[in-house]
Amino acid sequence: MSDPVIIGTKNKKGQIITDPRIMMNEAPRTPSFFTGSEVIKEAVRRANVDVMVAYPITPQSEAAALCGELFAEGYIGDYFRGESEFAVMSQCAGAAFGGARVFTTTAGPGTMRAMENFPMWAGSRLPIQCIVTCRGINSPLSIQPDTIEIAYLMNTGMLVWHAETAQDFYDWILKGYVVSEEPDVHLPLALCCDGFFVTHTKDVVDLTPVDMCLPPYDPYRSPVPCMDMECPPVRMMRDPFVMKSNYISYATHASWQQEVWAAAERSRKHTIAWLDGLIEIEDGDAAVLIISSGTAVSQGREAIRLLADEGVRVGLVKVKTLRPWPEEELREATKHASHIIVPEFNVIGWMAKEIKATIPRSERVVAGPRVCGGMTLPPEVIVEEVKKAIGMRSGVLAGRGG
Amino acid sequence: MSLDYVKFSPGFESFMPKEYRDMVEHGPFGKKTTVSQMGNFKEILEEHPMCAGCAMTLFIRLAIVAFPNPEDTITVGTAGCGRLAISQAAIPFVYGNYGDQNGVASGLSRGLRIRFGDKPKDVVVMAGDGGTADIGFQQVLHSWFRRERFTTIMLDNEVYGNTGGQESGMTTRGAVLKMAPLGKKFEKMDMVAMAKIAGCAYIATVVPNNPRRVESCIKKAVLIAREVGPTYIQAYTSCNIEYAIPTDQVMADAKAVEDDRYKFAEYVSEDAKAYLSERYGYKEFAQKPVAAITNV
Repeated sequence: MSDPVIIGTKNKKGQIITDPRIMMNEAPRTPSFFTGSEVIKEAVRRANVDVMVAYPITPQSEAAALCGELFAEGYIGDYFRGESEFAVMSQCAGAAFGGARVFTTTAGPGTMRAMENFPMWAGSRLPIQCIVTCRGINSPLSIQPDTIEIAYLMNTGMLVWHAETAQDFYDWILKGYVVSEEPDVHLPLALCCDGFFVTHTKDVVDLTPVDMCLPPYDPYRSPVPCMDMECPPVRMMRDPFVMKSNYISYATHASWQQEVWAAAERSRKHTIAWLDGLIEIEDGDAAVLIISSGTAVSQGREAIRLLADEGVRVGLVKVKTLRPWPEEELREATKHASHIIVPEFNVIGWMAKEIKATIPRSERVVAGPRVCGGMTLPPEVIVEEVKKAIGMRSGVLAGRGG
Repeated sequence: MSLDYVKFSPGFESFMPKEYRDMVEHGPFGKKTTVSQMGNFKEILEEHPMCAGCAMTLFIRLAIVAFPNPEDTITVGTAGCGRLAISQAAIPFVYGNYGDQNGVASGLSRGLRIRFGDKPKDVVVMAGDGGTADIGFQQVLHSWFRRERFTTIMLDNEVYGNTGGQESGMTTRGAVLKMAPLGKKFEKMDMVAMAKIAGCAYIATVVPNNPRRVESCIKKAVLIAREVGPTYIQAYTSCNIEYAIPTDQVMADAKAVEDDRYKFAEYVSEDAKAYLSERYGYKEFAQKPVAAITNV
């Protein structure tokens, strides 16, 4: 990413190609009041993206269309609307195979329709960035916020990060390219946020200078050959392994799959440096902890404030990356916790399951409160769950039955 | 590709496998090889695991020999018999997902154009009839409607051969195959007509028993796709296993099918004719001089 030869030169749009460390950590920031969708546009404006493919699905349609404006302004090399999410992700793959930096966005049923592509991207080591503005998946039909699609993404081999705020989103789009294009990583990134809550609300976001951009993608730093016929002619496969029923064939497949997951593991060191750790802890010595990711963390913060008013001390752990999963960090952070409350915006409680599978004495984990299908998660519901867990009396919330 | 890449790094010649040395010393990169020279040079596709008597393999060999710039060509495909051969060629082969070859090729073609500008990088899709007309139908048609500049070749064996002989949309009506136990109920899909409606600049139907014709069609299709628009070649490449064609009868079958339902046909748009004539000197497409206006 930081080829000294190109640092300081200008891209086609006249932006100065800047060392990402300077651009993200040292350059002055301008506070701006934007929706999450507009924040996506502003990050992509500074990301030196070659190709973006778009398709409408709520709640990412606005961001995808705003990137079209960037293309019209000359900030993106090529941009078009595909015919379905599956097609879009295939088109993204093609552009990445050809050595382009690729960006796309999707949500909910679109994520599910595109799903065949995600393990293929990871297996082909294509460092595509896909924004996932999470929403409900069918059925019954819902376009409202719900994070269930993340449960599927976590098993694709992609890097999966979960932004809480628009500021996270802005920074992580840019940092995401830096991490996922590292030669020892070189994996796609699903950068998730909670649809509507982040995409459609306005927030103050500190933007990096508009005349600075990331260095362009260098496809020759890829651990696999770029499909551009600029490499020596080689037979890519001596025998198509897929058709062989023998040990060498199985071992080849197995070792490559292990390598994909090992690459995600190798992203830890880069991610820790760029995101300042895979988790963020507030008042980690408290006996009761709220742990989650995305906007459930924000609601957790509010609950902690309400509980503090009643003299109940509760700490907070914000999980930033789901792949790689912060296993060691969570074991350490929960070492002294007696109760771990995991609020989530999905019916299955994937975050609670991951945490239970990670820490000793998993009976400490309260897999809730959970809402889904677009319901909001009022802090009072989290407060009630905390009180129940620690044996405090709490008033029954209206509408939840006796 | 810089042809320097084809040469050995000094000192490495003796360590390279013989097959690789042959490719460098006797391969087609940077040369103008033709199908009539086959046997006298190292082909990009040589060894393959296809069945004895496979017409599809012959067609793929011919097609690859015909690529105008093999050193700057990338192939894209999907699941199916053809993939087993193409993936062993000495040029890159991109396999994405089931039936998404025209989507992958759209992105690849655009990505390469962004990176290499006017320097031709030819993208050629080769996929079966199932991959093109069934599971890949939407992406195929949309890539044509978008006027994506790459070549699509359908290897039409009128059956899902690789999965063991199931009916496809390109199977002829009445054929009894797996998943069509009472015979196929509807007509063979007219993909040629759809290619024309969707805006392909060049369309041809061929069979493999006329190598020079195959070569001519492939060359035109790849050249036109560089600048004018999408091109489509539909090739009858019989499956001698699923249709029980005796190995020594495969070419006779191709001839019979050509005479029956696969007659050679070629459509070249006016833009494509002008392009071939002006850019590549195709005399048959040169505009006839307008008759001199005589004074009255």
